[in-house]
Amino acid sequence: MQIPELERKSIEYRKTILSSIAQAGAGHTGGSLSCTDILNVLYNAVMRVDPHNPNRSERDRYIHSKGHSVEALYTVLADKGFFPAEKLATMGRGGSHWVGHPTRKVAGVEQNTGALGHGLSVAVGMAIAAKQDGLAHRVFTLMGDGELTEGSIWEASMSAAFYKLDNLIVIIDRNTLQITGRTENVMALEPLAERFSAFGYAVRTVDGNDVAALVDTFAQIPFEPGKPNLVIARTTKGKGVSFIEDAADWHHHVPTAAELTTALAELDQAEQRRQERYATA
Amino acid sequence: MQPLEVGKPNQQIFSDTLLKLAESDRNLLVVTSDSRGSGRLVAFGKQLPAQIVEVGIAEQNLVGVAAGLAAAGKHVFAVSPACFLTARGLEQIKNDVAYSDQPVRLVGISAGVSYGALGTTHHSLHDLAVLQAINNIDIVVPADNFETQAAVEAAIMHPRPLYLRLGKKAMHHLHAPGADFVIGKALRIRRGDDVALLANGETVEIAAQAADLLAARGISADVLSIHTLRPFDEAAVLETARRVKAIVTVEEHSVHGGLGSRVATLLMQAGVTPALRIVGIPDEYTYTGSQQEIFAHYGITPADLAQTAELLLHATRVEAI
Repeated sequence: MQIPELERKSIEYRKTILSSIAQAGAGHTGGSLSCTDILNVLYNAVMRVDPHNPNRSERDRYIHSKGHSVEALYTVLADKGFFPAEKLATMGRGGSHWVGHPTRKVAGVEQNTGALGHGLSVAVGMAIAAKQDGLAHRVFTLMGDGELTEGSIWEASMSAAFYKLDNLIVIIDRNTLQITGRTENVMALEPLAERFSAFGYAVRTVDGNDVAALVDTFAQIPFEPGKPNLVIARTTKGKGVSFIEDAADWHHHVPTAAELTTALAELDQAEQRRQERYATA
Repeated sequence: MQPLEVGKPNQQIFSDTLLKLAESDRNLLVVTSDSRGSGRLVAFGKQLPAQIVEVGIAEQNLVGVAAGLAAAGKHVFAVSPACFLTARGLEQIKNDVAYSDQPVRLVGISAGVSYGALGTTHHSLHDLAVLQAINNIDIVVPADNFETQAAVEAAIMHPRPLYLRLGKKAMHHLHAPGADFVIGKALRIRRGDDVALLANGETVEIAAQAADLLAARGISADVLSIHTLRPFDEAAVLETARRVKAIVTVEEHSVHGGLGSRVATLLMQAGVTPALRIVGIPDEYTYTGSQQEIFAHYGITPADLAQTAELLLHATRVEAI
């Protein structure tokens, strides 16, 4: 998929995410908006997936370790055709499988997540199995930065390097905010790149809200043969809506009807500007 | 009754059986957390190094990696001391294995008070309680070498997550040739109609020996090896409970949340209420010593169990008068 189309999709995804959260009356607004571009690029430009045969053995695997940002994942999976988009309207309703953290009851979801610090170990297991069987598929996992204080991440990281999993791609949604405030004030993570390098990853840092930069970065996988890949995607929590951006209060704040209207209008304006930019070019 | 013949530790049978199965199934993988010594898997690691995945002392990662391997179609046995596996790795068991429905075979080794004098850090008297409260994980606690081998063989094809609880003591053979082991079906060790001794794991042989002592006193005791806690063989327990006047349950676990609690819950709700005693480890700072000494302290010996059963039976007779 070309960059202009990816950019268009990001704006459209953000509108869907906000509308779905408002309709459900619950959701993780800030984190879903920060990782929208990452998921967009993964599903539309990087990963080999087959929505009509979700369990095809050659597929790349994706583990949504930051499970709370499920609204972004559901939005992208619906757009890809893993399930009808109408299902998004059932989010959080009694009996719906579209619950607040992903489960395998939803087509396209590989693993139930939501308790933080779990996805990486599961991804490591999948990547070891692929290596053992000589299979070419890759395993991707997206972690939040607030999640990185879980000790299990570092257990899993040791094994990722030990087993030389260059078929594993770990992405950090580095929006620098968690529910209490700045990650560096809650429990300092930096120097993150150095820490992950020391654990044996090949590390790249990228603007995680720039689809072109993300495409370029993922095109370089594997970064170094024999090393697990790690992408620190610098993002803005709540990206795309001025009053939601970089605000810890919007971690799981649900937009009011008025806020939703304003937010959707901002995103429409962004789409207008995008079209004008390409028209000019 | 002939004295029981001593076999091997169930953990040894586990590793012997696993090695045989793995030789013809290259998808069979063992995941260990620096636990291949305790799990008697050193030989496995030497003979089939490509089929053992070591994660170091990291039980959370052990379970998560095992879930990922199972998701990829591997036949996975995650082996670690029960005390660490089911406490340190509990959230991974709950979410990555049970909730995600990844058919990992979790093997808790040196379970209960197998580690004896190493103390409470190394005891697992909680594992059956916590796992029974988690949906979608079957629980098997084999009694002897036969049950262990059969359980491991059955585990390979088991479609759901499974917890296999093993100890390290050499176990007596309890079953006659031709016994039929099925996950979820209790096995009768002795047939009797006065009292029933319901046990699992390493306490079954003690219950069998207690039954022989009772027989010498003219008391007929039924002994069931309830090797599967989930799915629980309600029919076998109810059928037994309706025949006998008293039941003693015995387990190498806290008296809260294990076999005894499961039996009591079933019987009360079914309205079948023979006299009942739950023998296990009480809610107190656990007595220290070897497994045998801990058992003796808490009345888990043939003589003590026989006495408990006899007194309970006697009490029902007095009551009847």
